[in-house]
Amino acid sequence: MKQKLVVIGNGMAPGRALEKLFEIAPDAYDVTIFNAEPRVNYDRIMLSPVLSGEKTFEDIVIHGDGWYVERGITLYKGHKIVEIDRAAKTVRSEPGEVASYDKLIIATGSMPFVLPVPGHDLAGVLTYRDLDDVHAMLLAARTGGRAVVIGGGLLGLEAAAGLKEQGMDVTVLHLMPTLMERQLDVAAGHLLQKAVEARGIRVITKANTKQLIGSDIRLGPSRVISVELEDGTQIPADLVVMAIGIRPSVALAKEAGIACKRGILVDADMRTSDPDIFALGECVEVDGQVFGLVAPLYEMAGVAASHLAGDAEPRFVPSATATKLKVTGINLFSAGDFADAKDRQEIVLRDAARGIYKRLVLKDDRLIGVVMYGETTDGAWFFDLLRKSTDIAPMRDTLIFGPSFAAGGPADPTAAVAALPDEAEICGCNGVCKGKITGAIDAFSLTSLDDVRARTKASASCGSCTGLVEQILKLKLGDRYNPTAVQPMCGCTHLGHDDVRRLIVAQELKSIPALMQALEWKTSCGCARCRPALNYYLLSTWPGEYQDDGQSRFINERVHANIQKDGTYSVVPRMWGGMTSAKELRAIADIVDKFAIPSVKVTGGQRIDLLGVRKEDLPAVWSDLNDAGMVSGAAYAKGLRTVKTCVGTDWCRFGTQDSTGLGIRIERFMWGSWTPAKVKMGVSGCPRNCAEATCKDVGVICVESGYDIHFAGAAGLDVKQTELLGHVDTEDEVIEVIAALVQLYREQGRYLERIYKWAKRVGIDSIRQHVLDDLERRRALHDRFVFSQKFAQIDPWAERAQGKDAHEFRPLADLTRAEAAE
Amino acid sequence: MTLMEKAWIDIGALDDIPRLGARVVKTPLGCLAVFRAENDEIFALDDRCPHKNGPLSQGIVHGRTVTCPLHNWVISLESGKAQGSDEGQVRTFGIRVDSGRILIDADALFARPD
Repeated sequence: MKQKLVVIGNGMAPGRALEKLFEIAPDAYDVTIFNAEPRVNYDRIMLSPVLSGEKTFEDIVIHGDGWYVERGITLYKGHKIVEIDRAAKTVRSEPGEVASYDKLIIATGSMPFVLPVPGHDLAGVLTYRDLDDVHAMLLAARTGGRAVVIGGGLLGLEAAAGLKEQGMDVTVLHLMPTLMERQLDVAAGHLLQKAVEARGIRVITKANTKQLIGSDIRLGPSRVISVELEDGTQIPADLVVMAIGIRPSVALAKEAGIACKRGILVDADMRTSDPDIFALGECVEVDGQVFGLVAPLYEMAGVAASHLAGDAEPRFVPSATATKLKVTGINLFSAGDFADAKDRQEIVLRDAARGIYKRLVLKDDRLIGVVMYGETTDGAWFFDLLRKSTDIAPMRDTLIFGPSFAAGGPADPTAAVAALPDEAEICGCNGVCKGKITGAIDAFSLTSLDDVRARTKASASCGSCTGLVEQILKLKLGDRYNPTAVQPMCGCTHLGHDDVRRLIVAQELKSIPALMQALEWKTSCGCARCRPALNYYLLSTWPGEYQDDGQSRFINERVHANIQKDGTYSVVPRMWGGMTSAKELRAIADIVDKFAIPSVKVTGGQRIDLLGVRKEDLPAVWSDLNDAGMVSGAAYAKGLRTVKTCVGTDWCRFGTQDSTGLGIRIERFMWGSWTPAKVKMGVSGCPRNCAEATCKDVGVICVESGYDIHFAGAAGLDVKQTELLGHVDTEDEVIEVIAALVQLYREQGRYLERIYKWAKRVGIDSIRQHVLDDLERRRALHDRFVFSQKFAQIDPWAERAQGKDAHEFRPLADLTRAEAAE
Repeated sequence: MTLMEKAWIDIGALDDIPRLGARVVKTPLGCLAVFRAENDEIFALDDRCPHKNGPLSQGIVHGRTVTCPLHNWVISLESGKAQGSDEGQVRTFGIRVDSGRILIDADALFARPD
């Protein structure tokens, strides 16, 4: 009979504890988790990269839903536990679920501390604790405006940097004279302040908040509008984020009569005053200490799991922890105790020009504190010396220069990592030590950073240990590891994209199986990364000869519609240059009614998007659109998407040329072409640029004297203004130059590489030379494009409406009636 | 069904599924994805990725795996398990080919998952 284990809270500490428990005693418990947050376990320390936009929530999930299912764990999301009945051994959640337990883990975490000043409860005042806070901040940041972050510690600075990345005007208020004073000494605190200010973030230290001022309630619900300091200074604010600390959440435990002080009191075996109840994470107190960093929480998790599995041996002993700031471009490391005292000595290295500061604090020939700023490579080595209390007397003279110097040999970049013992932690986010990485490299013959990430998760989260992981690779593989070497297309080959393209031409490879044979592919039929790329390379290299391989296309290009999150599709008919008509609109309206299409939306590219079409209905929807004269808008394609236009001389009093006509002409000429990644264009009738042509892959700005052709803009993940390719006088020249440009991109671009990235890689001047200045080359490129279009301009919708690939749109069998027959 | 041996249901011909492709079979308990690998091996899985329920039948098939079209999880066609460092598993079903016809294990098909 399995025992019942109930876990209150689903943060990183209980997540790690369960991971360990299932590792050592997979069949010991039936596990039920109650999570007050409505989601799975995620990496809370990675919220800052989510805020700054460098990562998404999906990136930081630790255990997906499947993880719980696989282990038979019942996970209640959005269930806050409101009562523990220790006599009956049950817990009850707010929605009324009651669960009984043999063993209970309390992991209620902590609550952000809120300054009890007037106005702290105004709208627009947030804390920084969970994903909901991040979403609230992102929402506030969307409209720009001014943010004030109260608290210049780790969390406050990460929040400030994230909000700045999101386009807000940010001020940090810090009560103490220097930033992060608990982790940094005064010198490093000043360096940090300079670096933060260099990012355009205002820092006010010794700032004592007096009150938050709200808007006039006669103008609607009051929102925060400014922060007032004790000295009377007022700082305007549309958003205030309090990040001044946390306190353990103990209310639930206290009510149940479990002994608590600042946190829930536990012994070194993580048991509370009730022997059947464990507590771990930020909610506990051990020897008068509470904890906020991940490393000790993970240690607690390991101890609790061992005891639950029946091993009474392991004890939790708080040890020194190291801190890193997760703000891109700021390198900072600190560990241990670095306060000045009589019996301590220090070794300091400063390199002002390079912004480097290192300080080691010694006591009795032992390292007890480390602060590093600007250059933190040796952090792990110092931290190891500190934790082990190594006698550093023999290497004291050169200690500050790190392990490479201490070893006496020449400065070998891998020496620092070579000097680390196997149990030294490399990746703090995922708790991966050096031995696990070297072991995986040996066991699975790993050769690249991606391999290591896939196998061990080391450096796969915040990435701040990427350098260390690379050095381990270098150490293990020697010259066989060359990070600057050509990146292979994927794990199926050692060849890079450019090599493959070159060999396709040189060896006249004309099918995927032939290519895989000739180029010695390592897998039988490639993977989802290489096959679509190869299909494109063959298609663009051998127009008219190569037979397109549908099974090597991403689903959207295989069925010519865009898959949505629920498995339905969206359909976008082409509207040349963004023009439409009463007839087309009427037909679209009829189709929406006929097929009960749930959403109709206008896109950013001047098209109409029909969302939520069932896959089986696609051919019939297309047939009706075809009947009204509309063809595929290719909104799914790595190909020409849209040419956005303004109304130009047709209507506009400022228009200098017929921008609408030119846009339509370009779109009719270029539709259907396949390209390495999507291509969006725009044509504006005057420099006022209403078609927003200067953030497109290719844009034309009409002027009195002719046409300025732009390219290599971006307005997505990256935002980038276009580069000016050059000026031409006539529409015909515009067409020829754009065709040449797109053809060069088709021939040189790597699959999924947008035009702006291709241009950055090969150089603007080289492109201009080929497609504008050298008339002969320009003509040849144009002609090759025109030739390939002969095979590309066939409406895929019409083909499928007439029955092509019918198997794509029909189920193989329908057994929904079979059950009734039984 | 009164047969003592396993009951198999004929769901179509092998050639109805393209190589390195998949087709959907509708059942009262949701959709199945039936895959045909390069060497004509056949696999049947629930058509729901363990990550976000993406339709695996719409993914790219390679070797004995499929890549989910929504977020690129790679799922083993044999075990239904997520590959690499992702964790999760999708249900698999008994399936075989006999004289060019695809037969699926009826008992498993209509059994409620535990």
